[in-house]
Amino acid sequence: MIAMALYFGFACFGLGIFMCIWRIARGPTAADRILALDTIVINTIALLILYGVHKGTAIYYEASMLVAMVGFVSTVAYCRFVLRGDIIE
Amino acid sequence: MNDGSILALVAILPFLGALMPGLMIRAGRNACASFTAVPTILALLLLGTQVPAVMRGEVVSTTIEWLPQLGLSASFFLDGLGLLFAGMILGVGLLIILYARFYLSGDDPMGQFYTYLLLFQGAMLGIVLSDNILLLLIFWELTSLSSFLLIGYWKHLPEGRQGARMALTVTGAGGLAMIGGMLILGNIVGSYNLTDILAQGELIKASEWYMPALILILIGAFTKSAQFPFHFWLPHAMAAPTPVSAYLHSATMVKAGIFLMARMWPVLAGTEPWFYIVATTGLITMVLGAVIALFKDDLKALLAFSTVSHLGLLTMLLGFGTKAAVIAAMFHIINHLTFKAALFMTAGIVDHEAHTRDIKRLGGLAKLMPITAIIGVITALSMAGTIPLNGFISKEMMLEEAAHTVWYNNPWIVPVLATLGACFSVAYSFRFIFHVFGGPVRDDYPAKPHDPPFGLYAAPALLTVLVVLIGAMPFLAEPLVTAAANAVTGLDTHPHLKLWHGVTPALWMSVIAFAVGALLLMTQAKLNAGWLRMPRPEAKVIFDAIIERCVAFSKAFARSTHNGVMSRYLAFLVVTTIVVGVHAYFTGSIAAPTREILPVPPLVWVGWLSLVAATWLVVSQHRNRFRSLVFISIIGLMISGGFVYLSAPDLALTQISVETVTIMLLLLALYFLPKDTPAESSTGKRLRDAVIAIAGGGAVAALAMAFLTRDVDSISAYHLANSYKGGGGTNVVNVILVDFRGYDTYGEIIVLGIAGLTIFALMDALLRGPAAKRLRDRAFSPDRSRDRHPLMMVVATRAMLPIAVMVGIYIFLRGHNQPGGGFVAGLVISIALLMQYMASGFAWAQLRQRIEYHSMIGWGVIIAGLTGVGAWLAGKPFLTSAYGYLHFPPIEEFEWATAMAFDLGVFLAVLGAVMLMLYSLSRIARFAGETINVAPMDHDPSEVPEESATDQDQKEGQ
Repeated sequence: MIAMALYFGFACFGLGIFMCIWRIARGPTAADRILALDTIVINTIALLILYGVHKGTAIYYEASMLVAMVGFVSTVAYCRFVLRGDIIE
Repeated sequence: MNDGSILALVAILPFLGALMPGLMIRAGRNACASFTAVPTILALLLLGTQVPAVMRGEVVSTTIEWLPQLGLSASFFLDGLGLLFAGMILGVGLLIILYARFYLSGDDPMGQFYTYLLLFQGAMLGIVLSDNILLLLIFWELTSLSSFLLIGYWKHLPEGRQGARMALTVTGAGGLAMIGGMLILGNIVGSYNLTDILAQGELIKASEWYMPALILILIGAFTKSAQFPFHFWLPHAMAAPTPVSAYLHSATMVKAGIFLMARMWPVLAGTEPWFYIVATTGLITMVLGAVIALFKDDLKALLAFSTVSHLGLLTMLLGFGTKAAVIAAMFHIINHLTFKAALFMTAGIVDHEAHTRDIKRLGGLAKLMPITAIIGVITALSMAGTIPLNGFISKEMMLEEAAHTVWYNNPWIVPVLATLGACFSVAYSFRFIFHVFGGPVRDDYPAKPHDPPFGLYAAPALLTVLVVLIGAMPFLAEPLVTAAANAVTGLDTHPHLKLWHGVTPALWMSVIAFAVGALLLMTQAKLNAGWLRMPRPEAKVIFDAIIERCVAFSKAFARSTHNGVMSRYLAFLVVTTIVVGVHAYFTGSIAAPTREILPVPPLVWVGWLSLVAATWLVVSQHRNRFRSLVFISIIGLMISGGFVYLSAPDLALTQISVETVTIMLLLLALYFLPKDTPAESSTGKRLRDAVIAIAGGGAVAALAMAFLTRDVDSISAYHLANSYKGGGGTNVVNVILVDFRGYDTYGEIIVLGIAGLTIFALMDALLRGPAAKRLRDRAFSPDRSRDRHPLMMVVATRAMLPIAVMVGIYIFLRGHNQPGGGFVAGLVISIALLMQYMASGFAWAQLRQRIEYHSMIGWGVIIAGLTGVGAWLAGKPFLTSAYGYLHFPPIEEFEWATAMAFDLGVFLAVLGAVMLMLYSLSRIARFAGETINVAPMDHDPSEVPEESATDQDQKEGQ
């Protein structure tokens, strides 16, 4: 049962990544793109956790936490760039 | 004291002493000159202790290994020839120091002058004392460099700068040729030791490489000693201050070529090519120099061409290849030194007092400056070769040798030309005497000439005494000449130097020379008019034209290959790599694949398709710079995900941290850059570039595929096996970084630190230049968010900071055994700190930054270095790590490793470098007129409500 759920999860998040890439490619605004990029980061984290469950090891969980801690920083930087131009004022 | 180690000390003393004048000039000019003289006197005394041994015919030597693998050792030896030259260099050096003290004016930086002079002295001593030809070459180049500094000492004079450049170009090019010649010699003999080479004369002369070696070495010697056709640089080098001319261009540097020919005499001389090349060049130079000297109106130019002529004489004597000629050459070296150095100093005194060196504006000085006149007249008479002065004796010996030299079966040509040279020599010497000191006193000197203070004429006066003494009692110089001639020839010579040889052919040639010389002087005015009408090649014009051609060619070549177009460089690089790879594929062999292709799981498909899509987006939309950054972020993310999937979590963490920091750096820069890239290349070019790019990508993919499908032996297995045993850690990546390849890491953090500091320095320079003005005029887009420091972001980053720092420390501490380490920890903490900069602004965050990033880099490198040095204390090589276990009761047992301290250094260097880079880039905005804030956020709800955020901002900003 868990295997089925995992495959369903892989499919959903994978599809989510492709849809986000579509959004990034099309835009139309910079905000759309940044939001889509942030969503890709979240989907990737989700995929890593699911893969860890699939393999039955904890190392992927920890790695995804670290990616989560660092991953949003570039989103913040992009946002500041769009809003103010200068990211460190 | 006869172990010879004293020689190394003699050679090194001037270099050590060169540190003194720059410091002592603060204590005054006298102190400066005295402290310059100290190392020279010391070296002279030390040399003096070796004199008895050398006079007994012993060779004093010492060897200090330097780079034995290359055959390079710091060996020195002293024989008669070395003693003669070393004594000249130090003795005249001392006189020059005294003379320069009084010659240089108060405006000249005297400390610099003496420093250069001592550097030069050391280099010259090195040449004459070296027992290793590689070491000799090093000193040879050093004389070129230090003489460049000395000739161009008056930096404000264009002639000085040009003369220095010309001298450096000519002697430097000659030095280059000589390196080739010396290496050939070393190869023939199989040793670079001079004493070994000198013992192998027969072997060298029989070798088929004898001619190339001879020609290359002679080019070196001829350029240095200003032999035709390289003589032209010497007169132009006369733009130097007179003490330099007297020292370099009469006594020492130009004699280096003569020294070299004498040194190499046993192995190179005595053959037909040697005779025809060396003797002929010397003869031509002697006559040509003497002829030109007669028509020079500048005192120093006259002396310069006279020097060229005398150097030609010495070269010719060495070229004869006979024992008697060598004796004459050695004796003439001493005599030329005494009278020419004194004459240069006299010319300097005249220039100093009368403010002109133009012979046409001088005359009658004998009555105005009698002491100078006595010195000048005696030494000039010696230069002419007048009995009973020392110049006469060696000139007679030269004419005697020339009289019975047969050139191409012709017994007349050498004696006649030698006599011609002597005629002109007499003429220009007389011109120096009569047109400067003789004649009536004039009333139109630029300044009123009178005798200089004692300090200025003491040195030339002493030399004049020597001129007379050696002339009257030549046996005084006999021991030194004997020792030198013995050393040159390797034979036992018994010269008998005496003033009167009886009525010989040489005496008749002398008589003719004096008669014709006097006649030439009387008709000089008419001859000069003819000389000026005659078309002559102007060396400087030719030289400048050649240099201009070379520069134009280099520029054209550089422009055609290095035109600043990035895509072109990459095209060259990529195409070359592909061609080499394809060549290797078709000529080499490759084993069949041993591994099977694995099935691709769906998760990998997702990552791969995302990568392909993102790459396509970058390629198709790269002209919009902001968008391409977003696309690149996808690629970075997918690569990090790939690292996690392939069980390399620390690589993944490093990758994503580097991605984040890079994006921030690029965004900081993009703020000040155009947001779009203009299309610059044509469609055809883009198509071509596309083909190259696809081929390059395909090649890399094929290579990766080839390696992945085969079992390849690599060092990885060793690392895996020894990680815990040798480095005490189970995280192999970290053990490789801090232990196996610790040296690399140490180098890398230094490079990283340098990069950070360079960005800081470049930005600092940029912001002080015209760019800062452009930045101030920059118009900012008006549609910016009014919320500079949003409340939510400030609060969130504050909460983040301790967590992120804790995670950073955790990653750092466990790094040796589990994923992590100093590099990643540094990146994580720097990202946490950068968040504070983004949230509350630069100024607010900077105020709370207690440790300068510069010193953080420095401490990082120092800590890492000290950890490495610590291994020395334990008697192990640099960066050997140690580890052990500690147990404090309440805590579990834990491991310590010296690698941890090294990792701390890495951590600090990374943190400092990353922060310094961002710090430098974000400084630009401050120059663009942005205001700063010291409050943490725009609107702080905890503060008194009536004080609005914008008011506060402005207040603080002012």
